[in-house]
Parts: sequence; C-alpha cells; structure tokens
Amino acid sequence: MATILEKSGFNPDKKLRIVGTSPVKHDGIDKVTGRAKFGADLYLPGMLVGKILRSPHAHARIKSIDISAAEKLPGVKAVVTRDDFPEIKAGTPDGDMTRNAMAREKALYDGHPVAAVAATSESIAKAALKLIKVEYEPLPHVIDPVAAMQPGAPILHEHVRTKGVKGADQPSNVIERLDLAMGDVAAGFAEADVIVEREYDTKPMHQGYIEPQGCVATCTEDGQIELWCCTQGPWVFRDRLSNILKIEAAKIRVQQSELGGGFGGKTGFYAEPVAIQLARKAKRPVKIALTRNEVFRATGPVSGTRSRIKIGVKKDGTITAAEAELIFQTGAFTGSMFSNAPQAMFTRYNLKNAKTVSYEVVSNRPKVNSFRAPCVPQVVFGVEGVIDELARKIGMDPIDIRLKNAATEGYKTIYGETFGPIGFVETLEAAKKCDHYRSPVPPGQGRGVAAGFWFNRGGETTGTLNIAIDGSVTLILGTTDVAGSRMSISMMAAEELGIPVDKVRAIMADTHSLGFNRVTAGSRTTYSTGMVIVDSARKAIAELCKRAAGIWGVPEDAVTFEDGHCKPAGSNVGTFEPLSIAQIAGKTMATHGAIAGHSEMNVTGAGPGFGLHIVDVEVDQETGRAEVKRYTVVEDAGKAIHPLQVEGQYQGGAVQGIGWALNEEYYYGEDGRLQNASFLDYRMPVASDVPMIGTEIVEVPNPRHPFGLRGVGEVPVVPTMAAIANAIGNCIGIRPQSLPMSPPKLLKLIEEARAKG
Amino acid sequence: MSKKYHVTTTINGDECEFLCEAQQTLLDVLRDELQLSGTKEGCATGDCGACTVTVDGTMVCSCLVLAVETEGAKIETIEGMAKGDNLHPLQQKFLELNGLQCGICTPGILMAAKALLERNPDPTETEIRYWLAGNLCRCTGYDKIIRSVQAAAKEMRGA
Repeated sequence: MATILEKSGFNPDKKLRIVGTSPVKHDGIDKVTGRAKFGADLYLPGMLVGKILRSPHAHARIKSIDISAAEKLPGVKAVVTRDDFPEIKAGTPDGDMTRNAMAREKALYDGHPVAAVAATSESIAKAALKLIKVEYEPLPHVIDPVAAMQPGAPILHEHVRTKGVKGADQPSNVIERLDLAMGDVAAGFAEADVIVEREYDTKPMHQGYIEPQGCVATCTEDGQIELWCCTQGPWVFRDRLSNILKIEAAKIRVQQSELGGGFGGKTGFYAEPVAIQLARKAKRPVKIALTRNEVFRATGPVSGTRSRIKIGVKKDGTITAAEAELIFQTGAFTGSMFSNAPQAMFTRYNLKNAKTVSYEVVSNRPKVNSFRAPCVPQVVFGVEGVIDELARKIGMDPIDIRLKNAATEGYKTIYGETFGPIGFVETLEAAKKCDHYRSPVPPGQGRGVAAGFWFNRGGETTGTLNIAIDGSVTLILGTTDVAGSRMSISMMAAEELGIPVDKVRAIMADTHSLGFNRVTAGSRTTYSTGMVIVDSARKAIAELCKRAAGIWGVPEDAVTFEDGHCKPAGSNVGTFEPLSIAQIAGKTMATHGAIAGHSEMNVTGAGPGFGLHIVDVEVDQETGRAEVKRYTVVEDAGKAIHPLQVEGQYQGGAVQGIGWALNEEYYYGEDGRLQNASFLDYRMPVASDVPMIGTEIVEVPNPRHPFGLRGVGEVPVVPTMAAIANAIGNCIGIRPQSLPMSPPKLLKLIEEARAKG
Repeated sequence: MSKKYHVTTTINGDECEFLCEAQQTLLDVLRDELQLSGTKEGCATGDCGACTVTVDGTMVCSCLVLAVETEGAKIETIEGMAKGDNLHPLQQKFLELNGLQCGICTPGILMAAKALLERNPDPTETEIRYWLAGNLCRCTGYDKIIRSVQAAAKEMRGA
C-alpha cells in the first residue's frame, strides 16, 4: 500500500483558484436550519429507549445482579448485564474495552455501567433501572494518581505488573514506566550556566463536546448489525465491536452521524456495544443517548499529570540539557497515550541532551480518552514555564530564547524522526512582528508567551471520487468531518480537477462503503484524506484522458489534462477542441462506463506543526480572578486550504485551553463520587469569559502534500495553559505551577508575592 | 403506562397537537414525539442553551419547560427560522463567516441571537457576549459566532 504520493505535485508558484479561499461549507446549510442529523437525531419505527444503570461506588466487587423484576415490568423489552457480553480475558485491549462498556468482576469508578434496559418509553426504562438489584461489596478506592502509586494503595487490577520495570512481580496501579533519552544529560547540565527545576500539576478536564454520545442499534433477522452513532472512527468502532461482541466485521455496518464535537473524546465507544446487545435481545432498534451527567461521570476526561521538569541554559540562551519525570493518570484502564508527552514535550528546541521518565497510573476514575494532542499540553505547561524563567534569569526576551534554540530542518528528534522543512523559526519571527507583541503591555496586566509542537499524523485512509454523467463530482470519505474537512477536501478535489467547488459534494461513508480508515485524530484528516482524494482525482483524470484519446482516435499519451479539460498534448496530435469533464462524462455510456478514482494509502509524511501564543491577562488583586484580555495564536498551517476554518481551529483550541487553564477540573467527594457532573458546576468558558482571539496564519509548506498543508487542529491547545500561566506570573509576580489557576489559588500566590515584597 | 395529556399548540406557524406524559419536557416532545430534532439536547438542565426555542416570543431552554405548559402557546424552533428558500440573515452570516464548526450548538445559538436582535438591533460586542453566555460552544472559541451576529445585526439594520 502506498504511503505517500510518488509525486506530490506541490508547486509553490502554482496559481490556485480555490485552495486558499473560504467558500461556505456545503454541510453548513443543514446545520443552520436544523436538518443535520447527529447521534441522537435518528428515529426508527418501533425504536426502543435504552438506559444504563451505573455504579454508585468508586470501587466495588459486583457480587450479584438480579434483573427479574425489571424484566417483568410492562414495556421492558430487554435487560442486559455482564452475562450478555462474551467473556474476554482481563488485561488485554479487548478485555479492557468490554469491561469499560459493561462492568464484569468489579465496578471501577462512579458511573461504571453495570446493567441496561430497553423499553418502549423513557419513563418505563427509568422505572426498570430502579428494579434492578445489584449486590456490591464496596472496596477501598483511590482517586489521586500519586496516591495510587504508593505501596498499600487499593489495587484496581490484580493482573497488572508494571511494564518497563525489571522484576516487577507484584500487582500495581502503575501500568507502565517509559524511559526516553538522547545524548548525555549529566554532561549537558555541567555545561549550563543557569539551571531551573520546577514541579507542576494539571487536572483532568473533559473534552466538553456539546453533543452527548448518542447511537441507534438495529439487528436484522439474519444477524446484520446496523449502528448509527456519532464517532470519530466508524471503522475502529466496527472492528473493536466485532472483537468484543464476537460478530464478524462484515456483519456490522457503522454509519457515522454528524459529529457534535469530539476533540478526541469520541475515538472510543461507550454505549454502542450495550445498544447492540439490547437490540439483539429485543429484536427492535434501540437508541441510547447519554445524559450530560453520564458524559461527565463515565466518558473520557483528559489525563491529569504531575511533572518535574529541569532545564539548563548557557548565558547566551543555548539550552544544554533537559530532564523530566512525568506521571499520567489514565483513569480505570490504560489508554492515555502518555508516550506522546516525552516525545513532544521538548521537541521544537534544538536539544541534544534530554532524559525523561514517564509513568501511566490507573485510579478509580473514568478511563481517559484522547484530547487534542493527547497528554502534551499538560507537560508543555511546565516546560514553557521553565523556559520563561530561564529567559528572565539570563535577561533574554522570551521569544528570543525560543528562537535561539528553535529546531530547524535536519534536526533529529528524541523519537527518531529527522525534521523535513518546518516552520518554527518563521512562526516565532511572525510572532515577534505581530501587532500584539509589539504593543506595550497595558497597565495592570501581564503578558505571556509559550510555544507548542505536535507531530501531525497520517495513517490508514481510503476514499473514492465519482464523476457523474453531467461532470459533477461526488466524494466518498471515510474520515469523520469534525469541523469542516468535507469542505476542505472538496476544495482540493475541485482544484485538482479544474472545476468549481460547487460541482463537488462529499459524504461521510458507512463502513460497508470503503476500506479501513483510522480515526479522525491527531490532525490527520485534511492532510491524509486530502492526499487520498487528490490521488483519486489523478486516477480519474488519467481515465478521462484515455476516454478523450478514444473519442479522438489518438494514442492515450497524446492527451493532457489542463484547467478542467482534456487537450491534445501537442500540435502534432491533431486539431481537436478541448473536452471538458462534463463533455467526456456525458459520453460514458458510449465509451466504457462510469469514470471514478479510488485510493487507499497508509499515509506518511505529515509535516509537524508549531505555534506560539501571546496572551495578556489581568488578575483581580482582591478576588484572584484572572481575565484574558487579549490573545493571539500564531501557527504554521503549511498552507491554509480554507483560512476561515484554520482560524476557527486556532481560536477554538485556544479557548478550550483557557477553560483548562483557569477553571476546569473535577471534584471528587471522599466517597470517590464525582460532585460536579453538570455544565453548571463544571463551568466551561462561555462567550462573556473570553475576548476575540487573534490569529496569524504562517505558511511554510510541507512539500510532501500536493498543496503543502500541515494539520492544524492539535497545536492550538498545546501552549495555551503555559502562555496564560506565564502571563499571570508576569502580572502577579509568581508563576503558577498548578492548574486550574482558579481565584483561590491565585489569591494565595498574590498574598505570597506580597509577603515577599 | 403513564397517563398522557392532550396539548394543542402552534409550532412554526402550524397548529400542532400532541400527547405527552406529565413529566415530559417541551424538548422531549419536540424531539421524541414530533421529531423536530433540530432542537438539541446538550444537558437537559438549562445550562448549555442547545435546546433554545421561543414560547410566545420568550426565549426559553425547552428542557426547562414542561410540555403540558405549552397548551395554546406559539412555539418557534430552528426549523421555522428560514422562510422558504430565504435564510434568516443570522443563518446566512453564520455560513459566510464560519460561525459554526460541528453545528450542534448552532440551532440554539441562532434562536438566542434572533431573540437578542429583536430586542436590541444594535448590540455591542459585550452585550452579545453576555446575551449568549447561556449558549455553550466548544468548537469555535465564540469569536466567529460573535462576528456573525454583529454582521447579521448590521445587515438587518440596513447599515
């Protein structure tokens, strides 16, 4: 399978008609009129309402479950428990997945599913849940990851022996220790003139998508499963469902709905296997739409972290060595993707010597799920704080110290990749030049900057381009559109084909329509699916040329394609009027039938992304409340296919980071139950909390992509909390080391700073 | 089987009768009984605004209104916002200025913004931000939502 286009065709001087403009996205009209169908918006004849019974305990053995009374309630059509799910060995990826969907031996967090019902109405389903009798044996629980690492802590999984630790033979909550290093750290620190070492902690936050997970499962008489759901990865859902429910993949058809926000949180399933088992038992369609309370208690927060970070510099600002010890809480099951952090945390600086030790730890909280640049913003919060402090100590401008150490093309990273053309230097220079950075800091405010990096991803991707008889074009895409990728990809197809973008329409396919597509995650979709569709367009163009050659009676290589038309390759070919796509497509009945292009690739070559954020913050000296007054995101997009959508990614990421920085966290009671499982008590940023978010799109092309683009979705949240913390530090005199930077915490720091004078 | 109540309302200009249980909210009925699924459920506790509609001209979270309370009321939902082929200026500006990403909060935000502009045709940025503070959006960072509302207000004023 190809991993990249042999010839990307990237040409910086090529005049583009569509790429780089911001037309109205085709799926927008359904979204402003209420027609767009999201996870909970499907209604089928005979459909039942599914509801899930959840553990009220943070940690408990499930001794027995009695469903007999619930089953007898009129209107109840099915009840399922652990006994309705195939037995799969604990500690395996599938074993964890089935246990997270439906608890088996133990309930591992407040909100862990233990049973479910399907009934003819919501009120009957709710009444039935109350009739299910679960006998629990409550066990001691542990919420905090550092506490979970201590000897004698309650053990979640008896089978876990810490991976990466030689001779680990006792059960532990530490899933893995990961060591990653390059160069000679001791020698590096010996060269340093100034060394700063600090400890940081960050709290889990929720992805906060406004659409709770919703799905409808149907089972036909011949055992075919049809699943409608909001997901970032229909194929991944299908294959995992196939594994845990022991149903052939070809008998599960997953149709993705519109996705009402995911940000990583919809890369894994929750209620979907439960809805399928209920539908199989009831022989009727079953809808499960989670409540917001369920979303908070039982779906993926982001990993909380503790970190110790040490960096040394010479007087001229050159970083000589960096070291980190990192702890990631992963909730009740492994899967935090914590290995991203040691790989990415220092990457963007021209480091030769670095050493990191990372731990992934389970505790009695919901399993964490992905979120934009999984596990990276949490540790960049610390790294960029240390860099800032070092700059201050040696009297250097905070952007200059980053420029002094900026990685460039040819730098070999700690994870082995050697950078191709990258735009970190250009990003930093653009930041220095932008109006925000050049403006004086308003009185009473503090300004902070911070930089971030994300790998950007590729991966398994398929797509099809079909040309209709009138020359209009349809695209079948496998990757989920989370914020406008259907449009960006349609624009690339139109550009390649030389037709107006309005002649192109794209759909998000179901799993029967295309081969495997990896989840939409890691800023991979516009890059990878864009590449696959350009490849498909080129295949269709080759076929168009073949048909034109046939119509003209000339050899195939005597035809070229230009500006949406097949033309004779030279004057010696003969005199023929150029044929448009529509003209050739109109003759497909007489030539050789439909014209299409299809491509599947395991895409590589994604260009890394870099950003620099500038923020001005004011802190109320009496209440400790921090307010973001001005914010600018400077980031390299490679090439902005649809600039308004790129800006939207920058702005959205920054505001999610503002919430994480200033307010968002979970409160657990001593009983291990979540106490703020509502939007009111969790409190994400609202419109009146934030200013307009300025954007500067830097374009250093990635030549491996036909249009030079890089992913843009992850980087915008990577430096946010660090930039805000640096700004607060410059405002109140002490740089916070703990998230969220809520009023009580800042008030304490203000008092500390006053005491120091 | 819970007792059901017969309710007669007008929804988006059309007379509409439905049966509902006493505890069902207007949101439950709009979606699950009438399949007007343009009105979204984000929380069902009145905190996110995704279910914003108007009842007799008053902007409400439909998750906080019992369906039986709407007897005789005139209800407007997102499905009634465009008139035939003519989008409301707010809908048009949200499209042009990318005021939406995933689109789940969009119906509620459009309904709330419409209610604002009916009361205040020339709101300041701060007034728009505070009016929309009850409508959560997690994708956009609000910037392009605010700009879309400003642009629609300007167009509606004929400015």
